[in-house]
Amino acid sequence: MSYRALFGWLSPWVFIPSLLVAPVFQILLFVYIGRSAQLESDEFYVIGNAIQYAAIPCLFAMTHLIAGERFQQTLGYILITPAKRLPLFLGRALPVVANGFFVAAFALVVGGTIVGMEVPAGAWAPIALVTAVSAFSCTGLGFVNAGLGLVVRETAVLSNIIFGLLLVFTGANVPIDDLPGWMQAVSEVIPFTHGIEAVRQLVDGVPLADVWGLIGTEALIGVVYGAAGYALIRAMEVVGRRHATLDRA
Amino acid sequence: MRTLRLLGLGWLLQMKMLWRSTFNTLLGVIYPLFFATVAFFMFQAGDDPKPLLYASLGAAVMGIWGTTSTAAGASLAQQRWHGTLELLVAAPASFALILLPTTIAMASIGIYSMASTLLWGWLVFGIELTIDSPLAFVLAIPATVVSIGALGFLLAVAFVRFRQAWALGNMLEYPVWLVSGFLVPLALFPGWVRPISWVLAPTWGINAIRDAALGGSAWPDIAVALALGAGYVGIGILLLNRALYAARSKATLALS
Repeated sequence: MSYRALFGWLSPWVFIPSLLVAPVFQILLFVYIGRSAQLESDEFYVIGNAIQYAAIPCLFAMTHLIAGERFQQTLGYILITPAKRLPLFLGRALPVVANGFFVAAFALVVGGTIVGMEVPAGAWAPIALVTAVSAFSCTGLGFVNAGLGLVVRETAVLSNIIFGLLLVFTGANVPIDDLPGWMQAVSEVIPFTHGIEAVRQLVDGVPLADVWGLIGTEALIGVVYGAAGYALIRAMEVVGRRHATLDRA
Repeated sequence: MRTLRLLGLGWLLQMKMLWRSTFNTLLGVIYPLFFATVAFFMFQAGDDPKPLLYASLGAAVMGIWGTTSTAAGASLAQQRWHGTLELLVAAPASFALILLPTTIAMASIGIYSMASTLLWGWLVFGIELTIDSPLAFVLAIPATVVSIGALGFLLAVAFVRFRQAWALGNMLEYPVWLVSGFLVPLALFPGWVRPISWVLAPTWGINAIRDAALGGSAWPDIAVALALGAGYVGIGILLLNRALYAARSKATLALS
């Protein structure tokens, strides 16, 4: 209910252009830049950008669902209830994961179809699994974003900046090996890097058993960011109560 | 003269408002840098023989369209939220003369993004900006800004009936980046895409800027960009007059 109430992008007038059409064009943009730069295959960019675009619903929705309460002047009412915080916030995250998965899967299928990407029939189910884990992982980062959103006024700016950082660092468009060493180190500890790599390997015919390590790392990253984000939200709640700044918008 | 004064004041007022907006200034400057960075890495790592300056100029102009598309799409909806749309429409001045400088100001903010992208390319990737024809370069930039602002004006008018027009404007960000050839030569696209590129002023704007910087005659491109901009304004005024007439007769201007 909170998801439908607070995430205004579910209207088809926003959902279709922003979450279905835009990722396909992001894919095409980088496919063509890739062809121009003569760097990687089309498949490389389809997978990278489809998975990475899950960041848009995951980051923006988590901010809308938690920090958005502040803009609606309802955060105080939520936090004054005796409801346990963990199920309260985790419950809001579940539809975010589902939406992130749907957006990435749609972009992968449509983008892949447009450029003629060939996927082994047996790879679709594992790819769906990795896509879901990647959406989960980014929703963990979305928790951190939502926590920051309780003190940052410009949440849309913050979400867009994190989206841009993920575009650069996750290897969605530039092979990780071609990034400078410090950027490679960062890419290891952020959502999507391992998920994207896992999907690329699955599409290349690598069996699921050989990418469990990547999937597990991606999931672990999501858990760590989710825990950090939850702790941040609770800390911001305490700070907000102490300084009477909960509803400062 | 009064028209020019109205356009100038409208542009200045909108610029002052945009300067106060973190979304339009800070994000407008930073956001294209992510795409530029990815493009620089891709061109650096790839086998493409084109100079990195080619990508740097394209990425720089991407910011102008980036600051315009979403904001212009939302410009009328924003007036609705502010409760000023009816007042502006009822004012004695033509509403088109109020809206046009608004969208041109949005494109003008993109000059920040352009400058920051060129600076980023120079500082981080060592891409030096060498300009073959400085005069043409200096004139190509405002011509591109005005023509992209005019395209924003057409978008704003075309989306007048939509409450969530910002999403439609946002949706057009990538397609125009793609088919205008900011980072990809038009020759790489299927034949049916090229006519679409030709009717987009950003295509000619980036051509003019590239020709001025890398060598080539920028003047025909500047002329086409400005002519297309004028065409967008003409079509936009016709659409706007029809939309306002319909909104007045059906009392739907506020859409709420």
